Amino acid sequence: MTKLQEWLSGGGILFAIWFYLITSKDNNDFIRDNYELILYSPIIFIILFGLYAATIVLYRVYTFNDCEEAAVELQKEIVEAKEQLVKLGFKLQEKSK
Amino acid sequence: MVHYQFYLSLLLVLSITFISPRVSHKESLNIVNDMANEEMRDSENKYSILLPTYNELENLPIIIYLLTKYLDKSGYDYEIIVIDDGSPDGTLEAAKQLQNIYGKDKIILRPREKKLGLGTAYIHGIKHATGNFIIIMDADLSHHPKFISQFIEKQQSEDFDVVSGSRYIGSGGVFGWDFKRKLVSRGANFLTQLLLRPGASDLTGSFRLYKKDVLDKLIKSCVSKGYVFQMEMIIRARELNFTVGEVPITFVDRVYGESKLGGSEIVQFVRAMLYLFATT
Repeated sequence: MTKLQEWLSGGGILFAIWFYLITSKDNNDFIRDNYELILYSPIIFIILFGLYAATIVLYRVYTFNDCEEAAVELQKEIVEAKEQLVKLGFKLQEKSK
Repeated sequence: MVHYQFYLSLLLVLSITFISPRVSHKESLNIVNDMANEEMRDSENKYSILLPTYNELENLPIIIYLLTKYLDKSGYDYEIIVIDDGSPDGTLEAAKQLQNIYGKDKIILRPREKKLGLGTAYIHGIKHATGNFIIIMDADLSHHPKFISQFIEKQQSEDFDVVSGSRYIGSGGVFGWDFKRKLVSRGANFLTQLLLRPGASDLTGSFRLYKKDVLDKLIKSCVSKGYVFQMEMIIRARELNFTVGEVPITFVDRVYGESKLGGSEIVQFVRAMLYLFATT
């Protein structure tokens, strides 16, 4: 099953349950009492999920490691590499802009 | 009263799911791999590092110096295969000089006439690789050779088919990215994890170690071009039931030259993601 099919079937099952609930309010007191909530529950769910996603993404952006040591270390190693390469007989060329 | 609507819609859903055509990619390759690996003793392992280059005149000597420095220290058997796509800046001449310094058994040059894309560069490189493992990395110094020994240790710990470097786990990270770049990266990552559940945290990274036959198999099953090719490789790995290990890496964005993340990259990414979402 492809990921698209998984999503369609998952979504379809939820839709079926929701559709069943909103179309059978005459048979059930609970559904009648909470009809509005059930009717708008998909929208409420999507909004809540959006908030969850935004929170997670922003949290991960702020906790994304800035590897400054790695950059400093690399700069030192570039200098070292150039020195060693010249010693080994390499002719360094600068890129002509 | 039977609630026929419920059963009706459920039936509808299930029929959508099962009518759509399914492609099965079951492979017996894993068994073959295991047999081959048991015969392979540790000391016989050889690592071929593929470096596709285009206008990396300034970076290539440094990356090769660092590769030899760290790999000689670790004691693993290795070779570096430089695949230059006809760079006009003289990258190939620099590579020839380096070959004279480090030897023809360590530095192997497999240039091509013009820019032909990453996937074909890897196929081209594999053809000439004598190692049983292939390491793929960028030549622009964003990937540091010091991580290679960690990749190898990780691979050996559970005989992984693929080991992928990840910027998103543990001590991994990036340098030189502003808020917007991080936001796009994290957002895209969240979306792909949600939709594709790839079983690896860094899909677009290109610092990876593969078993040679696994890489060959993966490249042949990939259809996309450009950098999204890296994402497809990991998704196909999951699809073909290959095992993927991860190592945290630091990514230092291009020291020389310009890093690219424009509108067209984002469009490419979204298209590839949707394609994989619908087909795998």
